[in-house]
Amino acid sequence: MKEYRTINKIAGPLLFVEKTEPIAYGELVNIILFDGTVKRGQVLDTSDELVVVQVFETTAGIGRDSGVRFTGETIKMPVGREMLGRILSGGGKPIDGGPEIVPEKRLDITGAAINPYARASPNEFIQTGISTIDGTNTLVRGQKLPIFSGAGLPHNTIALQIARQAKVLGGKGEFAVVFAAMGITKEEANYFMQDFERTGALERAVVFLNLADDPAVERIITPRLALTTAEYLAFELGMHVLVILTDMTYPGYMYTDLACIYERAGIIKGKKGSITQFPILTMPGDDITHPIPDLTGYITEGQIVVSRDLHRKGIYPPINVLPSLSRLMNLGIGKGHTREDHKKVSDQLYAAYAEGNDLRGLVAIVGKDALSERDRTFLEFADLFENRFVRQGYNEDRTIEGTLDIGWDLLSTLPVEQLVRIDRDMINKYHPKFRNAEKAK
Amino acid sequence: MEVKSKKSKEPKQGMLKRISGPVVTAVNLDAHMYDVVKVGKEELMGEVIKIQGDNTIIQVYEDTSGIRPGEPVSNTGLSLSVELGPGLLTSIYDGIQRPLAVLVDKMGDFIQRGVSAPGLSHDKKWAFKPLVKAGDKVQGGSIIGEVQETNIVHKVMLPPNAKPGTVKTIKTGEFTVEETVCILDDNREFPMMQRWPVRVPRPVKEKLNPVIPLITGQRILDGLFPIAKGGTAAIPGPFGSGKTVTQQQLAKWSDAEIVVYIGCGERGNEMTEVLTEFPHLEDPKTGKPLMERTVLIANTSNMPVAAREASVYTGITIAEYFRDMGYDVSLMADSTSRWAEAMREISSRLEEMPGEEGYPAYLAARLSEFYERAGLVKTLAGGDGSVSVIGAVSPPGGDFSEPVTQNTLRIVKVFWALDAKLSQRRHFPSINWLNSYSLYLDTLHDWYDKEVSPEWNKLRSWAMEVLQKEAELQEIVQLVGSDALPEAEQITIEVARMIREVFLQQNAYDAVDTFCSMKKQYDMMKAIRLYSDLAYSAQAAGVPPNQINAVKSKNELPQIKFIKDYKPVLDKIAKDMDAEFNALRSAS
Ligand SMILES: Nc1ncnc2c1ncn2[C@@H]1O[C@H](COP(=O)(O)OP(=O)(O)OP(=O)(O)O)[C@@H](O)[C@H]1O
Ligand SMILES: [Mg+2]
Repeated sequence: MKEYRTINKIAGPLLFVEKTEPIAYGELVNIILFDGTVKRGQVLDTSDELVVVQVFETTAGIGRDSGVRFTGETIKMPVGREMLGRILSGGGKPIDGGPEIVPEKRLDITGAAINPYARASPNEFIQTGISTIDGTNTLVRGQKLPIFSGAGLPHNTIALQIARQAKVLGGKGEFAVVFAAMGITKEEANYFMQDFERTGALERAVVFLNLADDPAVERIITPRLALTTAEYLAFELGMHVLVILTDMTYPGYMYTDLACIYERAGIIKGKKGSITQFPILTMPGDDITHPIPDLTGYITEGQIVVSRDLHRKGIYPPINVLPSLSRLMNLGIGKGHTREDHKKVSDQLYAAYAEGNDLRGLVAIVGKDALSERDRTFLEFADLFENRFVRQGYNEDRTIEGTLDIGWDLLSTLPVEQLVRIDRDMINKYHPKFRNAEKAK
Repeated sequence: MEVKSKKSKEPKQGMLKRISGPVVTAVNLDAHMYDVVKVGKEELMGEVIKIQGDNTIIQVYEDTSGIRPGEPVSNTGLSLSVELGPGLLTSIYDGIQRPLAVLVDKMGDFIQRGVSAPGLSHDKKWAFKPLVKAGDKVQGGSIIGEVQETNIVHKVMLPPNAKPGTVKTIKTGEFTVEETVCILDDNREFPMMQRWPVRVPRPVKEKLNPVIPLITGQRILDGLFPIAKGGTAAIPGPFGSGKTVTQQQLAKWSDAEIVVYIGCGERGNEMTEVLTEFPHLEDPKTGKPLMERTVLIANTSNMPVAAREASVYTGITIAEYFRDMGYDVSLMADSTSRWAEAMREISSRLEEMPGEEGYPAYLAARLSEFYERAGLVKTLAGGDGSVSVIGAVSPPGGDFSEPVTQNTLRIVKVFWALDAKLSQRRHFPSINWLNSYSLYLDTLHDWYDKEVSPEWNKLRSWAMEVLQKEAELQEIVQLVGSDALPEAEQITIEVARMIREVFLQQNAYDAVDTFCSMKKQYDMMKAIRLYSDLAYSAQAAGVPPNQINAVKSKNELPQIKFIKDYKPVLDKIAKDMDAEFNALRSAS
């Protein structure tokens, strides 16, 4: 392989190389420093005059004297079943002291788009045991559902609780977790690793770690390596893969960049496996309109929003259901999935909690006494909702029936005629005040 | 689509000089703007978008990784076109009309590149029934025959630009789309299929003024902010506020005869959902599976951006083609913002001077050219046909002041403003009734008068007034609480709540509520009006508001939504309300 020493300009992460033979767009590039260190990059723009290379690591140490080798191929990743149980760097090299991975295949890390015609609609309910997810923002297998959080909030604890408790009722098949950490602290990483070890999840996991002090540019490829691995496990080995990506707050990423990551989830007709994505991102300044959460929300199939207010009130998990959403919920709930009343209970809980929550603002101004009787019941509902439905233990694994029953208990504190989102049949069948009478009939 | 080189001209080979993502530069290529070219050894499909000196700049519809300077480029001499003929309905295409089902057969579950496939099956035979006979005079756009494509009859037309002539031979029987079915006196031969360049609007005889609403079965749309058949509407909103669900509701229930649904830079699973759901849903008008009247274009967010840019044109050309047969077509584009971003990305690769927010300076022009292709028209064949266009807009941060929303609102006649505050409390459709508007109200006035009820237009204005008034009162309530309002105004608040909760809120996922006929909409609004009249007159007669609010029968109104055979129940509620109020009045 030819080595060029024709770097003509270095600006930010970009190298400009002249007088090369025809170089392919997207080609993987090795840059050899005077001390023999090798850095990696990728061709961003190529012409017969100039080739632009984006370097995946810091450009520190690269100079006119550095050698540039074009590998003639796009970035590939060796994959294999052996990866389960292994810990790799953010660049895909083993860092657990174990042997090199003997690849069964080498796959392009960009990943081709799944043909929409080949997709199967995700509709299998995943019970996470958390009421604010199962009851009101249901996760289904093959969904991409991010957690939007903020610095210092317990998103990692929630992610772990989900990873630990998630199950498809009556579901079969092999499970795997692909965990990719991008720029998180050593301490955060340990938090995950210890839990994986404690629960034995590590055996079924592939871990990619790019920590805060690892090169930041490497993070560009980390999620792609993780998803390439996940696709192999899911679509070639038939496993149900849960991918946790943390932290996805990539400054400067545009819509298409993020879409090409998040769209690598789902189910393919006629294949056994699936990829469910759980990206975690911290919203700078808790601002949901910041470009990264904003773009993410436009691509993913909903979002779980962690709230600083609820956290301050001491409520775990501090999930604010109002801005949270699961778009695939309707496919995975109801008769034959969870329970026939699920959708309407959820809608009614939302409406009542939203109303009660608004009234809190009003009470702050006019006082409780100025409220009508109707409004007071809604105000009280909001507190009950937070304390009984939202709040639960870190190890509390609620069944979906349990969650819905809590919902009905709370709704029964409201005058029944206020339950406008629920049709009469459901009320008669499930409302605590009527269901016994109904059964007696 | 599939591209064949024109046989007449030996194409001159050019050579690639530069590759920058989806934009490549070739030298020594004979080319015209928008010619389709084949790029590199793998013959990836591309389109000429700029010519500068000896450089021809091309956008490539497939991933360009691995392509090198020095590879060949050849010109097909054709512009980017779609194949039009029997076989379009029920199909799902990518942005350049490659049938996705065929691609799965050819290259598996993931989209690979360098594979072309024709938009229509060239092997399948269709039963062609002539509608003209030898000796008939025909011209561009004339309907010469028909094919029962699905439950929809596909009219076979001469291409719009065909010169007039006289039919010499017209055939009957089974033909592929490429076989000749009609020969004219001057020996010109016509198959069922025609090609049309996507960036050129198909001609019509004249544009007419839209006077009939596109009935969608969605109360807030038909009732408050209707779109006309042949009209344009935009539905902007932040993520998760209901753009896609609304568009899908329109694709399902609107009384168009043909639906073209473009998933432009959005999610793969959303297209899958349409594909799995539509074959099982019935068109409320014909009782036939909805899929039979539908054409889908899916160029998802992770598919090549250049093909995303083209997808909108591919879709509207197919819509115009069905319009030319005399059909009412509705086209949904979800999302036009992703289309605009594709333009932005390509423009920046071209190193063009950026306009507002980095969008190219021609953004406004492209948007208006696109919406301009909507309309109710007199077709070349002499019938009436329409294309209604409904575009979703995805403004960053949900802020409507950004260029795509603003430029769109300058063009379209209907604005359905989605509101995150409403979606967060699961008020669906979360269309804000104070900010939205329809500029068709005046032209549609007569239709509602005649087809719904002479009362309807008045009821609509009344409801809007109540909602407006409520907004003003809410400001006061925020300061003093609702109990401090005068009695009459407490009733207004209650009536407004009923309009919102009973009429405006509509659950797309409830088997009955998902579609609401205009008749039912009218009956529901009338019942709310009845309550309002009874409540005000009771109040005037001295009945205190807490007693009025305690009227039980009105609490049954929301249930009406979920009941298919609602009429007897609604009549009973009206009777009960009457009785309850009578009792209140005589007691006071
Ligand atoms: N009319 C409706 N009835 C019931 N639920 C609805 C309705 N409209 C929207 N929703 C709910 O809101 C969710 C989000 O809606 P939708 O996917 O249409 O948002 P969107 O505006 O297209 O978002 P994005 O820009 O991210 O694509 C749906 O998954 C559904 O749960
Ligand atoms: Mg959408």
